[in-house]
Amino acid sequence: MGCGTSIAVENQTHPSETAIKAAILIQRWYRRYVAHLEMRRRYTWNIFQSIEYAGEQDQLQLSSFFSFMLDNFTHMNGNGPDLISHLLDSVVDPLTEEVRQLKYEQIVVPESYCGPRLSFPLSVTDTNALLSAFKEEQTLHGKYVLQLLYETKKFLKQMPNIIYLSTSYAKEITICGDLHGRLDDLLLIFYKNGLPSAENPYIFNGDFVDRGKKSTEIIIILFAFLLLYPDHMHLNRGNHEDHIMNLRYGFTREVMQKYKTHGREMLQLLQDVFSLLPLATVIDNKVLIVHGGISDKIDLDFLSTVERHKVKSALRLPKRSVDHLNVHANIRSSSRQSGRSRLDSPCSSGRTSRASRRRKKHITKQGSCSSSSSSSSSSSSVCSPRVSSRNTSRRPPPSPSLPSPTDVLQVPFLDSFVSLEPPEPPRDELERQQVVDILWSDPKNQSGCSPNSFRGGGCYFGPDVTQALLQKHGLCLLIRSHECKQEGYELCHNGQVITIFSASNYYEEGSNRGAYVKLGPELVPRFFQYQVSRSTRKLTLHQRVCVAEGSALRALKEKLYAHRSDLMAAFQQYDIDNTGRISTSEWAQVVESVLRLDLPWRTLRPRLARLGADGNVEYESCFEDISPGEPIPPVTPNLAETLYRYRTDLEIIFNIIDKDHSGQISIEEFRQTWKLFSSHLGVAVNDQTIDDMARSIDFNKDGSIDFNEFLEAFRVVHKLVIKEQQQG
Amino acid sequence: MADKYSADTIITETQKRISNAFDVFDHESNKTVDVREIGTIIRSLGCFPSEADLHDIIAELEEEEPTGFVRYEKFLPTMTKILLERKFRPITEDLLLQAFEVLDQQKKGHLEPEELTKYLTQEGEPFTQEEMDEMLSAAVDPDKNVILYKDFFH
Repeated sequence: MGCGTSIAVENQTHPSETAIKAAILIQRWYRRYVAHLEMRRRYTWNIFQSIEYAGEQDQLQLSSFFSFMLDNFTHMNGNGPDLISHLLDSVVDPLTEEVRQLKYEQIVVPESYCGPRLSFPLSVTDTNALLSAFKEEQTLHGKYVLQLLYETKKFLKQMPNIIYLSTSYAKEITICGDLHGRLDDLLLIFYKNGLPSAENPYIFNGDFVDRGKKSTEIIIILFAFLLLYPDHMHLNRGNHEDHIMNLRYGFTREVMQKYKTHGREMLQLLQDVFSLLPLATVIDNKVLIVHGGISDKIDLDFLSTVERHKVKSALRLPKRSVDHLNVHANIRSSSRQSGRSRLDSPCSSGRTSRASRRRKKHITKQGSCSSSSSSSSSSSSVCSPRVSSRNTSRRPPPSPSLPSPTDVLQVPFLDSFVSLEPPEPPRDELERQQVVDILWSDPKNQSGCSPNSFRGGGCYFGPDVTQALLQKHGLCLLIRSHECKQEGYELCHNGQVITIFSASNYYEEGSNRGAYVKLGPELVPRFFQYQVSRSTRKLTLHQRVCVAEGSALRALKEKLYAHRSDLMAAFQQYDIDNTGRISTSEWAQVVESVLRLDLPWRTLRPRLARLGADGNVEYESCFEDISPGEPIPPVTPNLAETLYRYRTDLEIIFNIIDKDHSGQISIEEFRQTWKLFSSHLGVAVNDQTIDDMARSIDFNKDGSIDFNEFLEAFRVVHKLVIKEQQQG
Repeated sequence: MADKYSADTIITETQKRISNAFDVFDHESNKTVDVREIGTIIRSLGCFPSEADLHDIIAELEEEEPTGFVRYEKFLPTMTKILLERKFRPITEDLLLQAFEVLDQQKKGHLEPEELTKYLTQEGEPFTQEEMDEMLSAAVDPDKNVILYKDFFH
């Protein structure tokens, strides 16, 4: 059925028959064109997802670094400014509730402030004022934020873990998924679907913050409506309502940048507020709504008895670090026998998802590069603050040179003074597992329940697990969020699970739609999709694909750049004759194994590297049009690469060291940090290089480094972008 | 022998291309794709089948009891054959230009959106409204509100 015949030749056929043939030709051609675009859209999506997963994997690495730091606590003592003791400096914050409330009331708001002035209890005037203000890009004064957070905390304390709602009065309930700081999406939802009210109830299913730039505005709006309509506005906790996650994914930084005076106090309050958010909502005793998912251990009756506020963060120290420090006499070395020992076991072989394949590879790699991490690389482990309700008295800070004589380890985070209990009694452990499962699990298509060792908590649950849980509690539907979907929503497990995701263009302009779902008394879900667009003119399919693809490819090229040395070494192994070229297969193989991203490399090759005249890949061409920004002289390429690769981690560590969030740390602190980090990574960097670098970063020679400038220097610049800017 | 080597290489390279394209749509990484994506995969590999052609191919690829999924083991040999036999060969630019010229009965040098819509949504293997809208949004010159088809080609 070839199409090689010319149409014009058939002059004896009736004109309209020729026209029909022409139409078919055009249709066939167009469909092929669209398919080609769809292919590009699809692999663009794969790229974004792979990089995101890889980023999450990096988080485990950061956790192991913290463990490493604590393990080496004693070695650091007396060795110049002691990083660890620096972290262990105490900070005072012992306000009682009444004092706190008074303090906020007394904050003076200047006359010149023209933003909303809230008065409690809130009214519709206040919420309208907030919405208008945020549309105009105004910032709410810190005083009102503090008051709002304080009132929200008080309110949430009386809430149960699971909220039961009903769709009586023929009301439809609207359920929204992840927003991740995307204010435009929230405003679009309110525009399309109306503001929350008694006639228009809403459930927001977690992950309000992080990644997007307007997380603060989002939670202000959500909490304000929560206080205004307590019976018609409901918020579930997401895995990003967690201050450790916020440290990494941007919310902490956003708060500190917007609120220089009151930011730290807000973050402290938020720790409590987040942990007090309810974990689940049930509609008509038929529909369960949680942020992540479920596991085979979840029991709603047990879940309702859990002390949810105790789980401030899903991430915490591994047990062995606590033991190593040997600072408490009371620690029992009994292992955590209760509930889930599965967190320590590698992922099961049953899973075949793409992500799990990647994770398998990652975990073995992880184990080899970190000398101090045990098999618990699969468990999430970061210095954790968990406030114990038993610890009410303040303890004196440990002196730098002695291990703490007390029986708990104080680990301040952003100057909040919390303590880490020794290994929990079994019940607490079980409770924690329930919470982590609810917030972190993902559905999978194969049966069974296996540890989500990739995310570091929760599990992958199959259709059988869903079926079992729904049956156990007489439910018919599970609505969850937590995963970005191209169409904003997705059904799985024979329609028993709905994923709803409300941040459109999550990866990039045009990458995906957002959606919300409405449920009426008959409990039949109705989906509504939308997509926020920067431009008012509707982009064509081609344009949308190009924008998203461009962004994904840039991100991929940055990855290539960050691993340049390793890649070149591997390429050269295949290129024995030093021709500068290797076959496409070889190229694809190298890139896949070094970057550890499971992507269709052969399909992507034309966008990433050039072919030589002989049809082989000129491998160095994949590093073209990428170069570092103004480099800090003099740095070896290897160092630049490493710094670039770990810049996110460095940023987090710096954020912790820079306790007053001034953006400056001392040169000595920088040296120590970098030395520690690079020795942990096993990267050989000599002292002289670090010193040179530290000195050259300190441009004004005042002994302190503006590390934002420092990081800026290692931001990768695309030559193409520069060219455009020069021409544009 | 040189010939055999290059033949084998061609087959291997072809199969790798097929595998790559297949993987892009294999969401669960279990070597299956949704049957509704088969058309996209085949087309993205450079083929220009008609809807009728696709219908036949899919019938061949589906299981005895249709599951809605196509397995890689079945897809690979079928697709390899299609590519090696160069079925559904590309439509050249000349041909496409001729096709537009045929539809432009009055030889105006351009097409009205209504004209094109009429042909493409009523004749041949008709476009859906969505397909038509999408094509128009890309093809119609916003100032003159016509389709300057000659501009598509160099």
